[in-house]
Amino acid sequence: MPTFVRTDKCDGCKGQDKTACMYICPHDLMTLDKDGSQTGHAMKAYNQEPEQCWECYSCVKICPQNAIEVRHYADVVPMGASVQPLRGTDSIMWTIKFRNGTMKRFKFPIRTTAEGSINPYADKPEVSMAEIADHAKLFTHGTHKCDMSQFLK
Amino acid sequence: MAQQFEFGNPEIIQEEVDILIIGGGMAACGAAFEIMRWAKPNGLKVKLVDKAAMDRSGAVAQGLSAINTYVGENDPSDYVRYVRNDLMGIVREDLVYDVGRHVDDSVHHFEQWGLPIWKQPGDEGKTLVEGGKPVRSGKWQIMINGESYKWIVAEAAKKALGKENIEERVFIVRMVTDKNDPSRVAGAAGFSVRDHKLYIYKFKCCLLVCGGAVNVFRPRSIGEGIGRAWYPVWNAGSTYAMAAECGATMTMMENRFVPARFKDGYGPVGAWFLLFKAKVYNGFGEDYGAKHGDELKDAKRFGKYGQGVPGTCLRNHLMLNEMREGRGPIIMDTPAAMAKLAEKMTPKEVKHLEAEAWEDFLDMTISQCGIWAGENIEPDKQPSEIMPTEPYLLGSHAGCAGIWVSGPTDIPGTPKEWSWGYNRMTTVKGLFTSGDGVGASGHKFSSGSHAEGRIAAKAMVKFALDNKDWKPELGRTVEELTEEIYRPVKTFLQHKDYTTAIDINPHYITPRMLQFRLQKIMDEYCAGIATWYQTNAKMLELCEKKLEMIKEDSLKMRAKDLHELLRAWENYHRIIAAECHMKHIQFREETRYPGYYYRTDFNYVDDENWKCFTNSQYDHGTRKWKLWKQPYVQLIKD
Repeated sequence: MPTFVRTDKCDGCKGQDKTACMYICPHDLMTLDKDGSQTGHAMKAYNQEPEQCWECYSCVKICPQNAIEVRHYADVVPMGASVQPLRGTDSIMWTIKFRNGTMKRFKFPIRTTAEGSINPYADKPEVSMAEIADHAKLFTHGTHKCDMSQFLK
Repeated sequence: MAQQFEFGNPEIIQEEVDILIIGGGMAACGAAFEIMRWAKPNGLKVKLVDKAAMDRSGAVAQGLSAINTYVGENDPSDYVRYVRNDLMGIVREDLVYDVGRHVDDSVHHFEQWGLPIWKQPGDEGKTLVEGGKPVRSGKWQIMINGESYKWIVAEAAKKALGKENIEERVFIVRMVTDKNDPSRVAGAAGFSVRDHKLYIYKFKCCLLVCGGAVNVFRPRSIGEGIGRAWYPVWNAGSTYAMAAECGATMTMMENRFVPARFKDGYGPVGAWFLLFKAKVYNGFGEDYGAKHGDELKDAKRFGKYGQGVPGTCLRNHLMLNEMREGRGPIIMDTPAAMAKLAEKMTPKEVKHLEAEAWEDFLDMTISQCGIWAGENIEPDKQPSEIMPTEPYLLGSHAGCAGIWVSGPTDIPGTPKEWSWGYNRMTTVKGLFTSGDGVGASGHKFSSGSHAEGRIAAKAMVKFALDNKDWKPELGRTVEELTEEIYRPVKTFLQHKDYTTAIDINPHYITPRMLQFRLQKIMDEYCAGIATWYQTNAKMLELCEKKLEMIKEDSLKMRAKDLHELLRAWENYHRIIAAECHMKHIQFREETRYPGYYYRTDFNYVDDENWKCFTNSQYDHGTRKWKLWKQPYVQLIKD
């Protein structure tokens, strides 16, 4: 179920230590062929174990060159279709091309805050060590109200 | 001159921390958020190790289109009733309740951090905390724009921990017990999948949260599509295997999840059933649920569980019956559902509805769109096939396999055996778990796993503080651990020149072939798809013998590079998880979960003898399992 890398677009993330796709792939599939000995294409990335690809699109979405696409799995899906995203900072755009040529485009929001802006402890209370063994509370004190009459005892 | 480290000769990195978090998914991120607030003022050192990158690791890597556990206007006790019913009566109600009362706080934080949560018309600008009413697709589910769900939750976790306390691309493969107390965990060991480095950590306690087990069974797609599992293919049973091998008591490992999903892509059906109210039919166009649903009322076979709202496995059972009897395929009538919804809509609203239907997949199972586009299926024009998948082992979704853990101390009526002091600690001192790791407590999903990670985190801080002066000492030497972890590499280097074909060599087996072998055994003998999820004592006896041999042969796996060493250890973990699953199915002489699996020699629910937890313990020395019954206790009223 594999991603593939376009030779005309991939720049190996400009010779950095690791490529964006290598950084992100949850299954350690994307790898950089530094000297071209594996693929014949030096300094370009490739999917080293296509049948282990979950098709999660993490590499497709993160690639700065939009060089990665997906050819849906050959043992099941008829040829000719494609599903390709363009992920921005607050939304993602999808272009879906059917085998018969039908096209669909969708745009969905992905987050309401700026990337990198999360401050997890802003406006949050300091902890009270007296509560460390109190299982009814976490440090944010956001426990749901509980109807204790529902217990048998 | 500095020593050169290379393949087969890794640099050994040793580090001591107070608390180690192993994994980077939702539970780990929840733990990170909660723990630093408690750990920092107390000067505790915390570290997180993840075999992937936190931004996209774990089951939520791809995103999600819904949060399946949001209690909201309901009471946590109702949540317990729902989980208890869906899992055929046997759950740890203390643990489920604990998730239920804390889960909403996690969801509220997701929204604050930037996750878009759908609201009812008129409430669009309001957050949940401000009283904004969510769009519910079911009593417990809320709809989200969840493409970046994990990215957002990971950002908060990473900020909380600090970059210096995170080690990515390190795969922990072994727990190490304490030298002076074998019932206590003192360390963990693993390796970098990128550099020639072997990591050995010592700690007071750790959180083991590496997800469930996928690709233990032969999947329906066995070519290039083998990676298109329903649950993420990188969930290798590591949580179960590492815990079991260091002596933790396991629970309900016979349980599994067989999701009925859109065929081949495994696209979600939840929104289609619950939000769009789509109907399913058999191959003859019959509403089989209406026609045969009454069969579930057979109390001799299904006990009392078919009388009310049937649980997920029983709904599966009805579907499987159709297919077994030759009345397939099962078809979901998506066009009729959309047409019905569109009746009272403006054209603009209809367009929006179509986008929602596609987003349901694009947010979490993009492949399903690939299949629709490849087969020219537009859901408003053409119906789709539904198919039950291969079995998965997990504890957070609609299943409850996992580890037996200590629960909260403040839940009324809880037997004393269910709580030994530290919330979410296993029976191994210092070893905690959450999410897919916690057994007998399903239906947490993403939000509940996050909340449970927080619950465990707080308890770990207490544990570390109570053991402030205790020093961990590893029960195994660095040399022993290095030799064991790097064994597949050594095997390869030693034997690779014996033959001309790198993959065919009598001295070793590739991780890939070992995985195929495991999948064939489990599929054919342990109630996989090949037998329509059926097994019996004789089949299990054969299964057991074959698993013993594969366990022996796992010592002969080869690794030709670090990537293959990752696969070798993942598959070792799969074998142990599989064996535990098999032993539990063998022990439980009834069919508790029709639709998930059938013991054809005991093909009925047997509340009289089996309304209990089944627990097990693995002896690493003898490599044998011990199993026993643990009483179930009801805490919440019917």
